[in-house]
Formats: sequence, C-alpha cells, structure tokens
Amino acid sequence: MSGTEPSLSISNPHPHKTDAVQKAGLALAGLGLLTLFLAWGNIPIPKTLGLIFALAGIVIGTAIYSWRLYMKEPEGIKNNGVMFKSLSSRGVMGWVAGVILTAFYVIIYWYPEYLGYKPNGTNEGFVALFDPLSQFFKGKPATQWFLYGTLYTVSILALGIKFLFKYRHNAYQIKRTLVVIAAQLFLAYLIPEILAGLNYNDATNVQGEYLGYYDTDIKNTWPLDYDFFYEYHMDAMQQEAYQPVGVLYLIVGIAMFLVITPVLTYYVGKRWYCSWVCGCGGLAETAGDPFRHLSSKKLSAWKLERWLIHGVMVFIFVMTAATVYGYFWNTGEVFGLNIYSTFQQPYGFLIGATFSGVIGVGFYPMLGSRVWCRFGCPMAGYMGLIQRFKSRFRITTNGGQCISCGNCSTYCEQGIDVRWYAQRGQNIVRASCVGCGICSAVCPRGVLKLENGPDQNRMEAPAIIVGNDSIQLIK
Amino acid sequence: MSHVVIIGNGIAGITTARHLRKLSDDKITIISAETDHFFSRTALMYIYMGHMKYEHTKPFEDWFWEKNKIELKRAWVTSVDSTSSRLEFEDGTSMNYDKLVLATGSKPNKFGWKGQDLKGVQGLYSYQDLEMMEENTKDVQRAVIVGGGLIGIEMAEMLMSRNIPVTFLVREASFWDNVLPNGESEMINRHIREHHVDLRLSTELEEILDDGTGKVKGVKTKAGELIECQFVGLTVGVSPNVDFLKGSEIEMNRGILVDQNLRTNIENVFAAGDCAEFREPIGERKSVEQVWYTGRMMGEALGRTLAGKTTAYTPGYWFNSAKFFDIEYQTYGWVWPEKKDSESDFYWEHEGGKICLRLRWDSQSGKLTGVNNLGFRLRHHAFDKWFSQGRTVDYVLEHLRDANFDPEFYKQHEPQIIDRFNAENGTQLKLKKKSWQRILDLVS
Repeated sequence: MSGTEPSLSISNPHPHKTDAVQKAGLALAGLGLLTLFLAWGNIPIPKTLGLIFALAGIVIGTAIYSWRLYMKEPEGIKNNGVMFKSLSSRGVMGWVAGVILTAFYVIIYWYPEYLGYKPNGTNEGFVALFDPLSQFFKGKPATQWFLYGTLYTVSILALGIKFLFKYRHNAYQIKRTLVVIAAQLFLAYLIPEILAGLNYNDATNVQGEYLGYYDTDIKNTWPLDYDFFYEYHMDAMQQEAYQPVGVLYLIVGIAMFLVITPVLTYYVGKRWYCSWVCGCGGLAETAGDPFRHLSSKKLSAWKLERWLIHGVMVFIFVMTAATVYGYFWNTGEVFGLNIYSTFQQPYGFLIGATFSGVIGVGFYPMLGSRVWCRFGCPMAGYMGLIQRFKSRFRITTNGGQCISCGNCSTYCEQGIDVRWYAQRGQNIVRASCVGCGICSAVCPRGVLKLENGPDQNRMEAPAIIVGNDSIQLIK
Repeated sequence: MSHVVIIGNGIAGITTARHLRKLSDDKITIISAETDHFFSRTALMYIYMGHMKYEHTKPFEDWFWEKNKIELKRAWVTSVDSTSSRLEFEDGTSMNYDKLVLATGSKPNKFGWKGQDLKGVQGLYSYQDLEMMEENTKDVQRAVIVGGGLIGIEMAEMLMSRNIPVTFLVREASFWDNVLPNGESEMINRHIREHHVDLRLSTELEEILDDGTGKVKGVKTKAGELIECQFVGLTVGVSPNVDFLKGSEIEMNRGILVDQNLRTNIENVFAAGDCAEFREPIGERKSVEQVWYTGRMMGEALGRTLAGKTTAYTPGYWFNSAKFFDIEYQTYGWVWPEKKDSESDFYWEHEGGKICLRLRWDSQSGKLTGVNNLGFRLRHHAFDKWFSQGRTVDYVLEHLRDANFDPEFYKQHEPQIIDRFNAENGTQLKLKKKSWQRILDLVS
C-alpha cells in the first residue's frame, strides 16, 4: 500500500501510534533504567544525582507514557492486542523478560557480590548507587536488600500509576490500587527505613555490639513472614533498646495472625490482604498486570494448586512448631532432628527464596503474576480456608446474563475458571480468589460483582438459571 | 438406548446435549463442520482484538466431552433423509439416528447487492468468517460496514482495534433505533463517533465496486457517494442456516418450523436455537429468536424433552445484553423503541452522557413492564422477581438500590434518578437503603 494514500475522512487519527509525548515518557523511563545499568557496570556517575535521576525518571517517565497512552482514548477496557504482543504472550520479549527477572532474583539471593555488595568494605556498582539513600535513612551503606526494596517500591509505584490510568473508569480498581501503593510505600518501605534510622530494629550499641534485627513491615504477617518466630527475630523484638516498638511488633504480629486476619477475612474475604495490602500482591497487581492472563485455567492446575499450597502450609506449620519448641525449650533439636538444617534451612531455601522469589516473580512472563500467591503462599492458603468455609465474600453471578465469552477466566490471575460458575448462574466462592475485581471489570455483560453479604446459600448452584420458566421448581 | 444426533455445536446444540446427558444414558453425537469443539460465538470479536485466543473461548476443556460420553464428529451434513432417519455427509458417508436435533444456527444476510460476493466482502457469524476477516483486513486502508446492529458495531470495534479506519453505513436515522428508544440510540451514536468511527446515518448501500480483479475497491451509497475501501462488512442481520434441508420432508418457513416443544413436523426431529421458527410466537417474542440466551434456554428445555420429560420451551421475562464499545447495555422486560399507548415512560441520563436508565410501566396499574440500563449494571434476579410480583414503578424506584449491580465503590446514581422522577411525576418517592434480606428474597 502506498504511503501517499490520502485520508478519506476527517476521522483517521491512527490512535494506536506511539506519539511524541509517549516517546518522551518512554525515553525518560528508559534513561532512568539505563542509569541503573551504567552504575551496575561501575561507570562513574555521581551517586546521589544518578539515583535521584534514575528513580524519578522511571516513575515520572512511566507516568507520562501511561497517562498519554490511556487518556487519549475513551475510558474502558484496554486489552487490545494483549494476545499479540510478544511480551505478554510468551513471545521472545516474554522469554527475555523472564530470563532477566529470574537471573536478577538468583543474583540477589545467592550472589549479591555481583551487584557490588561488599559487606566488609565499600560497596561498588549497583548497590553503591543506593548508598546515599540508605545513608539518608539510617546512616549506613546500602545492602542488596535495600536496593531490592527500593526498586520493588518504585516498580509498584510506577506501574501502579499506569494501572490507575488503565482502569480510570473503575472505582474499585482505583481505590484498591491507591491502597496497595500506599501500603508498599509506607508500611513496607518508608516506616521500616525510618524505624531503622531511629535505631529501633537494626542497631549497634555504643560498645559496638549488634543488637539484632527484626522485620518492621507490619503487614508482612506469619506465615508469609516465615521467620517471625525464629530465635533471632523473637530476641530482637524483645531487645531492651528497641522498646516499645519491638514488643509492639511482636504483639501486632501475633494478633495479625490470630485475630485480625480471620476477622477481616470473614467480613470481606482474603482480598483485604492479597490484593489490597500485601507486597507480593502489590507487585502482581501492578508490574504483573500485563501477565495476569498467563495463569493456567485447567482443572489439572487447580488440583496441583490444592496439593501445593496446602503442602507448603503444612510444611510451615511443622517448621514453626519445631522453631517455637526449640525457642521455649531452648534446644536446637526436636525428635533428634536439627531444627535449623531439617526445617528452617530447607524452608528458607525452597520456599522463601526459590518459590516466592525466583519462581514467583521471575516466571511472571511465563506462568502469570500470581504463581506464588496461588500455589505457594501459606498466608493465602490460611485465608483461603476461611474464605471458602466461613466468609461473607463471594462473586455474585448476575442471573442468566453470562454469554460464556471467557474474558473473566482468561484475565483471572489466580487461574480460576470463573466462567464455569457464571454460565451456570452460580456464585463464585473459591479459596484462591484474591478479589482483584478484574473478572468483573472485563465482563462485557455486567455479570460479576464482588460483594460481602450474608453467607447463607452463598455458593448454592441454582437448579435452573433465572429467565427460563420451562422448568418449574416445586417448593 | 437410542442414538441422539445433534447437528451444530453452538450454544443450543451443546446445551441440549449437556442437559440430555444429565438425565439419560442415550448415545449422543454432536456434528459440526465449523470447529472440533464448542466455543463461545459471542467471543469471536475478542479473538480478533487480541483479548483472547481461540482456546480461551472454549467454555469446557477438551476432555469434558469424552468424560461425559458426548461424541464429537467434524463433518458437513449435506442432506437429511427423515424417512429412513439418516444423515448424508459431504464425504459420501452416512449416519443413522433415532432422534435428530437441528441446531445449525444462522448465516449472515446478503440482500442481492451488486458486488456482494467480491473478495473483501463478508459477514461475521462463524469461526470461518473470523479467519476470513483476518485475511481480508490485512493492509486495509479503510473498511466500510453496512448495517447498524449488534454485529455491525462489534465489527467496527474490531477494526478500530487494529487501527483500520471505519465508515459505518446505517440505514436508519439513528443506531439500532428499531430496538433502542431515542435517548439510548443517540447516546450510542455519540459514543461511536467518540471512537472516531465515521458514522453515516440514514445512508444505504447501493452497490459494491470491483477493482477489476474481483476485489472490492469501494462502495456506492444510494445518495451516489463513492467511498473507497478495501473491506466491506455486511452486517444486516442473520437468517436461519437451513439450506441443506431444502428438499427434505422437514417443514420450513424462514427457519425450521417447530411447536413449543421444539418438535418439527417429523416425529423424531427437533430444532433449537437460531434456526428454529415457532409456528406460534411466544408472547411478544419473535418467531425466530437469534439470541445467545434463547438458544441456551431452548437447549435446557429440549434436553429434558429428549430424555422423556416433555418440557415446553417457556421463556420467562425477556432479558438481553450487549456492549457498544465501552458502554454496557442490559434490558429486562419489554422496552419498545416507541412506548405503547398504554404505557408511561421515564428516562434519566447522567450528565456525562454515558449512563442512562429507562423505565416503562403500564399507565393504569403502574406495573413495571420494562427497563433499559446503559453504562451501569442491574441485577437480573431483581427485575425477574419484580415483574412476576407485579411491582409498580414506584416500588421499583424506591428499591432500586437492591438492584444495583455495579462494582463496589462506584458512584450511585439512584438519588439523582429518583429526584428526577419525583420532579417529573409530582411524586414523593423516597429511596430505601439497600437490604440484603430483600436481595436474598429476590434470588430465592
């Protein structure tokens, strides 16, 4: 076709072309990323300025790009081309992204020296770039985990803003995303860093004695936070120098598991945690959004899911029971088994690092954004049991309006075959549903509604679908 | 054990098979020339737009059929010999049946326009149509769609998703105004144009022009205007796909004639879905119902009939839905484009021009007869129950919050709606709080 073909109509805006503003946004975010890579390659760039430019560039550039991308079109569902794009359909770009993410997690967990982390010397490269920010918060050089936490928060912030533009017509998505961004930014990042700066959880006393460390992300609850009951963690929370904050975290941490979680899950389902505040969920809902449809909807995947997630749950209950026994009876062994090498170390390596980190995030572009949340997370498993058996939450199916199109199932990040319920007029009550609300958003016929209500007959399958009087029920 | 053969693996045929299987051990064979497995026809547009792949549109996994002992056969039936209860296939083979279900769906209409068979001209109904559309829209500079109905606007959305400029010829003065009243129809006109579709109302097709090689190069309208294009979508309705039955003993008009038990004139032959035509239309329904939901409901009834529990197709209150680009549409009960003389009418539109509600009721009794809602969602159960209870428009408005089905945290429009109604009708209606107790009663 010739490029000189005149337009036949005033209305030929070619809205999908990346315009100058979008390109500028992409360039800014790209330069931010480039700065990170240059620092990693030990290219001498001014650290403070470089870091500010990199992080601000990523956030502002992504915001400009996505603002332009979505705001120039009428509000609505924006899934055009999802199945054609290389990145989001397991194409070459998807594989490249998967390999990079996986490699990054492997390096972070087991080879932090390749990021320039020098525990007994001056940091170099990538980690060194984050020294000024770490110094600013707590007067210490950065670690690979500080780098990771900062990038994690920036990802949720930048791609959360993109998600907000994408779903600007949907009040549920806007509220949920603002909360999940705030939870990461404040509860998981700023407050812990500030507490560390105030010497409340990671300090050395004047004699040079290290006082211990405990985790100050208040929402990171056991059993997701698997080392909560570890001896070092319990001791640190009770460390005199850390009071009253340490004991507060101890009490809240136990209350989160014993009281807050079951009560909230009863009233609103596990979504209050999984898609509203959790860090893993936060990343899945923002950075992971382009990959949500890659989860398997097969019945076989559901069967595997039930074995795996409950298996991990049993594992952590046994591991923690051994840990708590060891702590109170002051022993390193239970039934002749070494608590560390039999329970804690395998859990930390297999589940804590490999499953939740490397596979959980590294495999986003292959298996979807919720692999860990669906197949592994014991917190999700625990809340799932409550959601399934005693909760007011359900996804209501709107009578007979389903057309079996499959958008709901396709875009369910948890791999729930939502359509299977909707097309038979049944409400959806599933242990794994994280209540992201995307099934309801993408439904073209207004069939699905997430809501909390009386749990009587919550999951009953109707004998006939409403709208057909051919079959009369005798009451 | 008898052998039930179903021709057509769309929603009507598949639902028949599933419901029959629940009640009987009969041998069931489903024949389709279209695809190996059941898929959702309504989702074809999403495959083209890249929201889903074909695999995603299959409501059941492939193992489902064998597990439920439903045999699937990919073949084209050329004729039905109802005297000897036998089907003939294109490849020369044949199959005997004890009972036959015809669920062959529709085919796109073509009204004898000059050039309607040129390359690049097509309708959209089947999976093959979608494949053809994929092929026909490669390197297209402009597309023209003829016919302002549901498939036409879907096709416009599909083409726009590929950045293909669209000129949309609508014969009527306003989009789908043979179904939608003025306010709703106008809203959709605006929305179509917001999406940069070149919408031409009151414009009819005269002929489709040949580029000399058998391909379309443009269209000419009845007003004599020439529009250059390389693709023409003909979306002027569909009609029953029954040509292969011509010459058989099965009685037909536009579709296969059936009674309310979905029986044809031949004792062991039945028909369901788009291809069936009722000898006596049911209530105010059309004699040929070409809707997903009616296909499903006919299948639900016919499955029982075939299992020996004769069940008349008795649809309840009318309901339907659609999505026009970004605006969802639901309807419950009857809302005619022009209200009947015996009816009263209320229309509320949100200031943003993308949300509206229309209510119709019987002027004498005040009983609600129909509702259209665009841009927001209403509970099917609520309206179905309210119709059966004979609730008045006043009652419905006061309890509108029970029926709201929008996602949580959405702005609620009920106060605005009821204020407008009160102002127009001099009433003092007060909105009641949402009650879960009442909602559970509606669902039960």
